Amino acid sequence: MTTVQAPTDSLLLSASKHPLPRRSTLGVGVGTLLVSALLFVVTPLDGVADFLVFWAAAYVVAMTSVSVAVEGSRRARDRLASTLTTGALILALIPLVAVLAFTVARGLGRFDMTFFTHSMLSVADSDAGGGAYHAIVGTIEQVGIATLISVPLGLLVAIYLVEYARGRFGRLVSTFVDVMTGLPSIVAGLFVLALWVLILKQGYSGFAGSLALVILMVPVVVRTTEEMLRLVPDSLREASFALGIPRWRTIQAVILPTALPGITTGIMLAVARVSGETAPLLLTVFGSSAINFNPFSGPQEGLPLFVFNEAGLPNDTALARAWAGALTLIALVILLNVVARLLVRRSKLQPS
Amino acid sequence: MGSPHPDGGSTLLVPETARPEASNPKPRPTRAKERLADRLFRRLTAGSAAFILVILVAIALFLLDRALPAIYQDSTSFFTTRTWLPDSTPPVFGIAALTYGTLVTSVLAVLMAVPVAVGVALSVTSYVPRRAAQVVGYLVDLLAAIPSVVYGLWGLIFLVPAIGPLSKWLADYFGWIPIFQSQGIFGKSIFTASVVLAIMILPIIAAISREVFAQAPQSQKEAAYALGATKWEMIRTAVLPYARSGLISATVLGFGRAMGETIAVALVLSANYEINLHVLAPGGNTIAANIANTYGDAGKVGQGALIASGLVLFVITLIVNFGARAIVARNKDFRVGAA
Repeated sequence: MTTVQAPTDSLLLSASKHPLPRRSTLGVGVGTLLVSALLFVVTPLDGVADFLVFWAAAYVVAMTSVSVAVEGSRRARDRLASTLTTGALILALIPLVAVLAFTVARGLGRFDMTFFTHSMLSVADSDAGGGAYHAIVGTIEQVGIATLISVPLGLLVAIYLVEYARGRFGRLVSTFVDVMTGLPSIVAGLFVLALWVLILKQGYSGFAGSLALVILMVPVVVRTTEEMLRLVPDSLREASFALGIPRWRTIQAVILPTALPGITTGIMLAVARVSGETAPLLLTVFGSSAINFNPFSGPQEGLPLFVFNEAGLPNDTALARAWAGALTLIALVILLNVVARLLVRRSKLQPS
Repeated sequence: MGSPHPDGGSTLLVPETARPEASNPKPRPTRAKERLADRLFRRLTAGSAAFILVILVAIALFLLDRALPAIYQDSTSFFTTRTWLPDSTPPVFGIAALTYGTLVTSVLAVLMAVPVAVGVALSVTSYVPRRAAQVVGYLVDLLAAIPSVVYGLWGLIFLVPAIGPLSKWLADYFGWIPIFQSQGIFGKSIFTASVVLAIMILPIIAAISREVFAQAPQSQKEAAYALGATKWEMIRTAVLPYARSGLISATVLGFGRAMGETIAVALVLSANYEINLHVLAPGGNTIAANIANTYGDAGKVGQGALIASGLVLFVITLIVNFGARAIVARNKDFRVGAA
C-alpha cells in the first residue's frame, strides 16, 4: 500500500481525519440531484434516462471528492468501491423490475377466462379472442412426463456419485453431467429431432418434447440431489450400518428422507427451468392451434412456444395474447421458485 | 462442505467446476460380502450413471449422422460460406456469418455482464448488510428464472425501441471506433441482442462469483482488517487474489450460456447472413437463432444443414466448458484454506 510516501494519509485511518457522518451520503445525494435538475432545466440536456445517468455520475464524482477532502484517499477509495458495487446491484435489478412490470402491465389485458378456456383453433391472428388452453395442457403434459423420467434417473445418478462412485468412472460421469449442464437447449432439441423424429420416424409429439426436456432437466436434478446427499451427516450412515441395515435400505430409508426437502426444492427449480424452454419444443412438439390431449401422437402446443409464435405476428391482438402467455409463464415460474425456497427454509439440513 | 450461502437456489446454477470439491468418500458398511439386494441397487445406480454417458455420446453420433450427408451435398465450403440457402439447387450454405454473429454477441454480452455481475457479487458478499444481501441474492436469482421467451418478447417490444438513444449516443461519441459506426439508428442490431444476452447471463456469473468470493479464507480477511485495512483494501488483498481463476471460469461459463441462447436472440435480431463489423447496424444472426427462425421452412437438406450448424455450436460450447474446467483445475489454489 502507498502509506509510506503519502504524508497526508496517516497510517492509522482515524488518527487525524474523522470519517464522514452517515447523513453526508444523503446530503451529497440531494445536492447532486438539485444541481443535475438545475442543469437539465437550464441547458439543452433532456430525457429521464439521461437525467438518471447524469445524476448517478455526478453523485459518484461529488461523493469521492468530498471523501478525499475530508476522510483521506484510502477511505475515499473504499467509499468509491462501495458506491460502485451498490450501483452494480441497482443496475442488475433494473431489468428484473422492468421485465416484470412490463409483462404484468401488458399481460393483464388478456389475462381473462377466455384465455384460459379456449384454444386458437380457427382464431385468426387478427381476431381478439382465442386463448392458451391448448398450450397450457401441452406444457403440463410435456413437463409432467419429463419430470417423471428425469427425477428417478437424476436421483439414481446422484446416489451413485455420492454413495458409490470411486475413481475414474465417477469422475467421468461427473464431467459428463457438467457437459450436459452446459448443453445449449436448442442442441437437445436437435438431438431428439434427429433421433426420434427423423431416424426413428416417430413424428412430432408432446413426448418428443418431453425427451428433449429430460436432457436439460437431468443434470439439474443430479447436481442438486448430489449437493443435498453430501450434506447428510456421515454419522447417520454409520449409525445405520452399525445396526446392520443393508446399504440400499440405508440409502432409501435414512439418507433420502433426510435430504428430501432439499431434493424437492431442486426438482421444483428444475421444473421451473424447463417450463420456460422454447427452443427444444420448437423442433420437437412443433406447435398446433388445436387442443391435443394425447402427448404421444401428433403435434402439440406448449406455453413458451405459444408466446414465441404469437410474438412473431404483426397484429396487436396476437401480441396481447403473447403478453398474457408470458405473464402466465412468469407467474408459474415464480410460484415454483417461491415455494421451493420456502421448502428449503423449513428443511433441517441447511448448507453450512 | 456445501455451499457457503444459505439459499439453496443459486447453487443450482453453479456447475461443479466452480464449486468446492466434496470428494471425501462416504462411509460404507464393513461387510466383506455384498448382499444380492445391495448389488442390484448398486448396479442400478451405476447403470443410470452410465446412461448419462450414453446420452451424450448419442447426441454427438446422431447429430453427426444427420449433419454429414447435408455437408456433403453443400456445393460450397461449409465453414467459410456466409449464405444460407440449403434447399436451393445446388445447396449453398455455410456457417461463417452465423459463427461470427454467435461469437460477437456473446463476447459483447460477457463484456457488459461481467463488471456488473462481479459488482453484484462483491456488494452482496461484502458491502450490503447480511439480511438485505439475502433478499437481493434471491432477486438476482429470480432474473435467471425468467424464461428466455419472455426476455425475447420484452426485448422486442420494449428494448428495441428504447435502445435507440443509447445507440445514437454511442454512434455520436464513439463512432470513430469502427465497430460503433452506424448510419442512422437501428434497434434490431447485434448490440441490442448482446444487451438482452448480458441480462440473461448476469445471474449465473453473479452466482458463481458470489460463491467464489465467499470461499476466500476468513483468516486472511481478518488479518487484513487487523492490519488496519479498509474494506476495499481487504477485498483487494485477501479476496480477489483467491478469486481470479474462479472469476475466469464464471466468465467462460457465462460465455457458453450466451452462445447457446436461442429464442431471445431470434426475437430481437433481424436476421441476415452478413459479417457485419458495425454492431449498431441492423442485422446479423447466430447459429441458435438461425435454427429457431428457419426450421419451420426447412426442407430435407435444410434440416440436415441446421443440424450441422447445431453440431458446430455443440462443439464450440464443449470446448468452452472444458476450457473453464481446465482453468479451474490448473489453479486449484483459490480453494486452499477454504475448508
